[in-house]
Amino acid sequence: MDLIPTGSQTVGPFFHLVLTGPITVSRIAGPGAKGERVKLICRVLDGEGNPIPDAMLEVWQANAYGKYHHPDDTQEKPIDPEFLGHGRAGTEEGGACEFETIRPGRVPGGNGSLQAPHLNVSVFARGVLKRLATRVYFAGDPANSEDPVLALVPQDRRDCLMALPDPNQAGAWRIDIHLCGDHETVFFDV
Amino acid sequence: MTPNSPSSPERPIEASQATGHQAKDENPTNFVVPYRRHDPSGQPPSLYPPYRSTLLRAPRKPLVVLPHTLSEVTGPLFGHDQISETDNDLTRQHAGEPIGERITVSGRVIDDNGLPIRNTLVEIWQCNSAGRYFHHTDQHPAPLDPNFTGCGRTLTDANGNYHFTTIMPGPYPWRNHPNAWRPAHIHFSLFGTAFTTRLVTQMYFPGDPLFPFDPILNSIPDEKARERLISKFELKLTQPEWSLGYRFDIVLRGREATPFEE
Repeated sequence: MDLIPTGSQTVGPFFHLVLTGPITVSRIAGPGAKGERVKLICRVLDGEGNPIPDAMLEVWQANAYGKYHHPDDTQEKPIDPEFLGHGRAGTEEGGACEFETIRPGRVPGGNGSLQAPHLNVSVFARGVLKRLATRVYFAGDPANSEDPVLALVPQDRRDCLMALPDPNQAGAWRIDIHLCGDHETVFFDV
Repeated sequence: MTPNSPSSPERPIEASQATGHQAKDENPTNFVVPYRRHDPSGQPPSLYPPYRSTLLRAPRKPLVVLPHTLSEVTGPLFGHDQISETDNDLTRQHAGEPIGERITVSGRVIDDNGLPIRNTLVEIWQCNSAGRYFHHTDQHPAPLDPNFTGCGRTLTDANGNYHFTTIMPGPYPWRNHPNAWRPAHIHFSLFGTAFTTRLVTQMYFPGDPLFPFDPILNSIPDEKARERLISKFELKLTQPEWSLGYRFDIVLRGREATPFEE
């Protein structure tokens, strides 16, 4: 009856040929998009805390109204034509990559709840056999305390999902994604 | 229900570029139909020590199981506007023809309910016939081919079918363990219909003697699941006096249940 999904394999070290390189999408929100501008700087680190220069990050997020640009989001909220909603970039020396976006609105979380503003992130790399799914929230957002997904995460591990404002750069937020080790990031079974 | 909506049971799954249509939400709670979860033996674990690079890159703590919300059942409709006419023919992207055995790679993308996933992006990359990637970090002392970069991109058709013309990639050495060689393979990347359906995998060729020694293929515990990554030679796909044909069908996760039609 049901078919079994095809097995995952690592993206390997040469994905830049087609997945990033000339078609990197680092601008998730155009300059005219509604919402608070965010420059998100992500670093990917290995189990010894060393930056990973050959990882790829993908981002999927709602617009400032809390609507996904996808036919299955049937909420009566506006589409923002200046807002793309997804990004894809490879990390560079230093393990970092950047996305230009906005703080998303809140989307439903089931059972009448609302999720806090968050970005859905996939991590791929050599040595990563299957996509690692995580989320990026915004530290200090008052909605975080009501978020039904954060509530599933042990309290002492929630901080690893929080981007922090960069004190030296207005509008910039930073997050480190630790694939393993003492500061291992929370990854989700989606 | 909108035409070709992904949750419409009798229609193929449409992963087309979202047009910004806003169907009336009949249900004020914005009902989400989750995607099915499967027996993990069909997927590799994150940590697989024979593949050494997993040691410092695999999470050790259990994943947090996330009941699906709107964030997981929607997903990027990526790259539809970036496809040019020669993107699915890797032998016609340069002034001359690449060296190697010309092949056709074709297959169908369906979900685990057997429904075709139409108009979804399929991206591939591979090394040349000598086993060398057109990539600055590939130091394998095999020749580069000025007529082959090894990048392909296409959309599935109305029945979920895709089609590439390329050349047979070569096996190549890597440094995972002494005298390690990767079996010939083509990398595949697919988005499907949602964040949950994202898949990156590799397609292999039948009868490769390197299979027993490859920790990447063997990271998948279930033997049948490993075999599904091996394409099948198919005479029907073979074009007389032109190219040998290989079939590689891909199954993405589907929805647990189909909602009622209004």
